[in-house]
Amino acid sequence: MINQNPALIKKIYSSLYRIRRVEEEIARIYPTDKIKSPIHLSIGQEAVSVGVCEALRSDDIVFGTYRGHAIYLAKGGDLKAMLSELYGKDTGCARGKGGSMHLIDVRNGVMGTSAIVGTTIPLSVGYAYALKYKKSNAIVASFFGDGAVDEGAFHESMNFAALKRLPILFVCENNFYAIHSHHLNRHHSDNICERAKGYGMHAERIEDGDIFKIYEFTKQYIEKMRNGNFGPVFLECITCRWKEHVGPNDDFHLGYRSNEEIDCWKENDQLKKLRPFLKPDEAARIESKIDKDISDAFRFAEQSYFPEDAELYTHLFKE
Amino acid sequence: MERIVNYSEAIREAIELEMAHNPSVIVFGQGVDDPKAILGTTKGLLDKFGPERVFDTPLSEDGMTGMAIGAALAGLRPIHTHIRMDFMLLAMNQIVNMAAKMHYMFGGAVFAPIVIRSIIGKSWGQGPQHSQNIYPLFMNIPGLKIVAPSTPYDAKGCLIQSIRDDNPVIYIEHRLLYYQKGYVPEGIYEVPFGKARLLKNGDDVTLVGISQMAVECLRASSYLQEAGISAEVIDPISLYPLDIETIKISVLKTKRLIIVDNAWMTCGAGAEIIARLMELNLHQDIEVCRMGFAFVPCPTTPKLEQKFYPDAKKIAMKAYEMIFPEKGAWHPEAKLQIEEVEFRGPF
Repeated sequence: MINQNPALIKKIYSSLYRIRRVEEEIARIYPTDKIKSPIHLSIGQEAVSVGVCEALRSDDIVFGTYRGHAIYLAKGGDLKAMLSELYGKDTGCARGKGGSMHLIDVRNGVMGTSAIVGTTIPLSVGYAYALKYKKSNAIVASFFGDGAVDEGAFHESMNFAALKRLPILFVCENNFYAIHSHHLNRHHSDNICERAKGYGMHAERIEDGDIFKIYEFTKQYIEKMRNGNFGPVFLECITCRWKEHVGPNDDFHLGYRSNEEIDCWKENDQLKKLRPFLKPDEAARIESKIDKDISDAFRFAEQSYFPEDAELYTHLFKE
Repeated sequence: MERIVNYSEAIREAIELEMAHNPSVIVFGQGVDDPKAILGTTKGLLDKFGPERVFDTPLSEDGMTGMAIGAALAGLRPIHTHIRMDFMLLAMNQIVNMAAKMHYMFGGAVFAPIVIRSIIGKSWGQGPQHSQNIYPLFMNIPGLKIVAPSTPYDAKGCLIQSIRDDNPVIYIEHRLLYYQKGYVPEGIYEVPFGKARLLKNGDDVTLVGISQMAVECLRASSYLQEAGISAEVIDPISLYPLDIETIKISVLKTKRLIIVDNAWMTCGAGAEIIARLMELNLHQDIEVCRMGFAFVPCPTTPKLEQKFYPDAKKIAMKAYEMIFPEKGAWHPEAKLQIEEVEFRGPF
């Protein structure tokens, strides 16, 4: 961590801080019912999105899941449009028709998140096919959780991506839980990477959530993908969802996991660990700028209008 | 002299012409590049356009449908082909949850111009899992366009239109339609969606047939002619959007309507068409009737299969009964049809 250049540390810290604070604000406001959209907060998992997305180019593409706030923001998605979307406003990134689980920002390469587990994985593969076909050297990063590994679409996609040697980075955010079901209740063994290798691609697991390991891995393999026919790469990041599956609260009272399981991850919080590498006044400056952006964005969302009634029928088809 | 082409060649021409002028068009699916070339409809495409644009896929219907959507988001126009429509059931998640909703749920930010071709099987023992036609399921989903042309002319023009449309299009073929021959112009032309085709004029009864049932309706009309009954025959071509106006005009003239679904009738095209007509409050005494598959899985043995499907004779008998309820049942002599003469298994 300490060997990184200061500009990168600052950039990564800013992105992590921004996502954390946005999520905390959403959690704070949620009980007012102003946000009528199921929220799946990224708190605790930010480092995966930020580590990967900081290594991407702006014309690279990401696809994600309903726990997609971190991916959207880390890839440069517009904050005002995201919060407006959560508020169901016409200024939202999906005009209020998608909500928290369907975030999109085409200009910044966020191609859409989905509420059905595993469904964006084949889309990522198709996008990567098109990039290769068009001889672009952009790449796709496809984010999903350990739950998606259970789905047939995951395996179909892995096989096809390897078969066609597509420029795609599969990023499995393994937080061990599909809602409340531990992955060892769903998988014969802890071998997601082995399965990826079996399909014919390079696969690695990063156990400790170190954001620079994630960043360096991504950087290294994306260069290989850009510069030739390297084929897909698989990255499994062990991580931790601090909050409940859906909603703004903790969920230890449910008894399916213990405080201790999460405590070590709170100790390992990349945001907290990174801050001492910035000068104190610099950190404060970054934070206050971001805090102001966030409160501006919430105000923007609150003050925006809901869609007109006629919007119900628009966008069914592209005319 | 009129240029006469069969249904399969009409489809092949449409794909080849669109691929030739638009490099975004790609074709994939199980068997598209094999020697049988999806009953000839993809013949020669691999040689002409290469393996990046024409390729076989793993047996991964759901994944490959999602792949098509993703490629479409990146600017391609994929044609995903299923040799049997039954296989589309393996892709319902991507079709319904993703393709149909991409444009709407992202507020118009993206669109997914994909064509999903599929072929309905029939006869020669297709049985329960090789004979299904699931267009009623798709008609229930907003965001999909659904077409099922019955003539070679419409097959070609409609496929070109499907490829050019910026939305997901379910393009439905029928194995027995491959024996249809007819006038097909050379070159590119479009058959617009939402416009039914009047296949034959008539005054006494309106027969609406979906996909291959349009052919059965035409045959029924020739039986009826012998009994002095003049039937009007309509192929809706597109099930979404649906052209109710053409059917309404016909029914106002004939006062009798038989809709022959190429599927089970419950919540089917017949149910939809009749409901839409009723909602128009035409204030006319109109007699309506639905025909379609027996409400059981399709049996394999020909003895029962024959009972399972409507056919020209059954349609004609139904129309006769509607027009002459007092005369009792009429049994026209069945005529041998071209596919019965030409069709050889296996399929």
